[in-house]
Amino acid sequence: MLRRTLMTTAALGLGLALSGGAAMAAGMDHVKACFVYVGPIGDGGWTYQHHQGALAVQEAYGDKVEVQWQESVPEGADAERVLTQMALGGCNIIFTTSFGYMDPTNAVAAKFPDVKFEHATGFMRNSENVSTYNARFYEGRAVQGTIAGRMTKTNKIGYIASFPIPEVVMGINSYYLHAKKVNPDVELSVVWAYTWFDPAKEADAAKALIDQGVDVIASHTDSTAPLAEAAKTNGAVIGFGQASDMAEYKDGPRVSSIIDNWAPYYVKRVGALLDGSYAQADAWEGIAGGEVGIGEITAAVPAEVKAEAEAMRDAIGAGTYHPFTGPINKQDGSAWLAEGQTAPDGDLLGMNFYVEGITGDIPK
Amino acid sequence: MLRLEKRPTPSQFWLYATPVVAVLLTMIAGGILFGLLGKNPVAVIKTIFWDPIFGEFAFYLRGQLLVKAGPLILIAIGLSLGFRAGIWNIGAEGQYIMGAICGAGVALALYPTESRLVFPLAILAGALGGWAWAMIPAILKTRFNTNEILVSLMLVYVAETILAKASTGFLRNPEGAGFPGSRSFSTFKAASNPELIAGSGLHWGGVAALATGVAAYVLLSRHILGFQIKLAGQAPRAARFHGVNPEKLVLLCMGLSGALAGLAGLFEVTGPAGKISIDFNVGYGFTAIIVAFLGRLNPLGIVLAGFLMALTYVGGEMAATNMGLPSAAIQVFQGMLLFFLLGVDVLTNYRIRSAFMGAR
Repeated sequence: MLRRTLMTTAALGLGLALSGGAAMAAGMDHVKACFVYVGPIGDGGWTYQHHQGALAVQEAYGDKVEVQWQESVPEGADAERVLTQMALGGCNIIFTTSFGYMDPTNAVAAKFPDVKFEHATGFMRNSENVSTYNARFYEGRAVQGTIAGRMTKTNKIGYIASFPIPEVVMGINSYYLHAKKVNPDVELSVVWAYTWFDPAKEADAAKALIDQGVDVIASHTDSTAPLAEAAKTNGAVIGFGQASDMAEYKDGPRVSSIIDNWAPYYVKRVGALLDGSYAQADAWEGIAGGEVGIGEITAAVPAEVKAEAEAMRDAIGAGTYHPFTGPINKQDGSAWLAEGQTAPDGDLLGMNFYVEGITGDIPK
Repeated sequence: MLRLEKRPTPSQFWLYATPVVAVLLTMIAGGILFGLLGKNPVAVIKTIFWDPIFGEFAFYLRGQLLVKAGPLILIAIGLSLGFRAGIWNIGAEGQYIMGAICGAGVALALYPTESRLVFPLAILAGALGGWAWAMIPAILKTRFNTNEILVSLMLVYVAETILAKASTGFLRNPEGAGFPGSRSFSTFKAASNPELIAGSGLHWGGVAALATGVAAYVLLSRHILGFQIKLAGQAPRAARFHGVNPEKLVLLCMGLSGALAGLAGLFEVTGPAGKISIDFNVGYGFTAIIVAFLGRLNPLGIVLAGFLMALTYVGGEMAATNMGLPSAAIQVFQGMLLFFLLGVDVLTNYRIRSAFMGAR
């Protein structure tokens, strides 16, 4: 099953609390907050960042919280058991940090109405005790695309995609649009890895891209393997940190990064449970809310490109620029967004098409 | 200063003592590992082996043991027949996937028919799917003398690719707003495989696993085919003189293990997993190899070994969550079990002698 970021076209609450009768509970003296991870904490990316958020909760509330976690939990029947064990074991709030936990989260939540469940990147909130949260990673992709378009010498840029789901397609489109904007000759190659975390497969994908002449690689998988592969080219190929800063590659191929920062959300939600203000929510924050961070742009990037990328970041953060602003056509040439029109969230959350100019097909 | 000396006949004592000794050694070595990680070894071992059966949440976890052990036993029994005859089907994971896809495919093609026949049809299709996938290495072996270990293993990766295709393409839920994954079987009553007794964890897969255990026991101890399988493994030449057709045996053993793995996949997809999804398989097909050897390739032993393995999973999860152990430590612990089993197994065929006595 798929992890992470999917939401339906129906899911539209932008960080707004749903007022679905989630009654204000009285505050609690002590909260046991539990986290379910899809990969190992040491993945250096997605799971690592969620774990940083968990540690931030501990830091913020000290003795008032107990934090527990389980890493590398397969999505599906095993997740249901882990969640049940956690609920039985006295967890008050359980964060399930992968898309594939959607069904298990909702199934277990129905059995434990007193336990709060927070599902990352999902859209299903079947009972009042289930909330969902996600981040607008496509905003970070716009910054990466800008750098990629400026930096490529071969005019070939690459994207290691995980699964053909809207979040990933959204990222590909945003990356391509912004590379194209600054470099009309740019061509994008996409490799589908069908995994979130598999260093060997990710390295193979990077190799395949490099063999095609790609010299800027963005990835949508969790490990540092693509950067390790790029590092073998002695500076000919650059890439980006994904989910985590991946700062250890700063002297090498990593020129910037998208940093998932879950800490503010986790601290806020556990805090709300402590002080009694907790309510069901559907959160989707981006650069403005601090959930999407842009890691330091290194000296490998010329100053004017860096300034341009940072201006992009700041404009998105300030809300003056939306990465999907028309005119944008779909791959088949049909119109999607008219001049000046920005993409409705519903379109993004169900995005299953490439924008005009990208070659190849989304696997069906 | 020790050396190994081959026994004239395999030791009956060590044949049965090996698994017990291996489990004990795993506990000791695992305990040292957990100790080095800064945890109380006794508490961790107790959490893994005791708590799921007798602990506070045993009422829930006992059922989960059955959920976890069912597919392991079903697959391992099929594999053990081939292993006994020296036929190495390593690709049960792929057959498990193909069984699930075929069974789920047939059931979903009939959606929303609420006929009692849907589930039996799906079971049949599941078994056939696994069987057909196992027939590929089997026929390649009998026809072209290819290595069934390699071919069956490689076909796992092919099956995984087909699984990805199924969840994003031909089996995708048409009402799922474009998201990968098939329709959920929990909402398709005629094809679903629910818990038979609430809270017991028992579904049709568990029933099939236990029934297969008994059937395999009868086959091996009472049936001529069972005799032929054992003979082919122990003395291939003698088997040939005895009229055993090795090609037939390959087709039979591969087919049977494939069909059972396919069944396991079908029961899983319609039951605990609930739908076809990209990450549907979680390694039962590979773990079943450990279970088969841990159970001494003996059907009843495999049933016990299946539960023991399930215990290390369920208990291991508990230990990881409650005591903050990394999941890799639990995996190492499970790996140790096979390592010690194979290590101690040497004693079945060899005895340890002090080298001083026979020194040159």
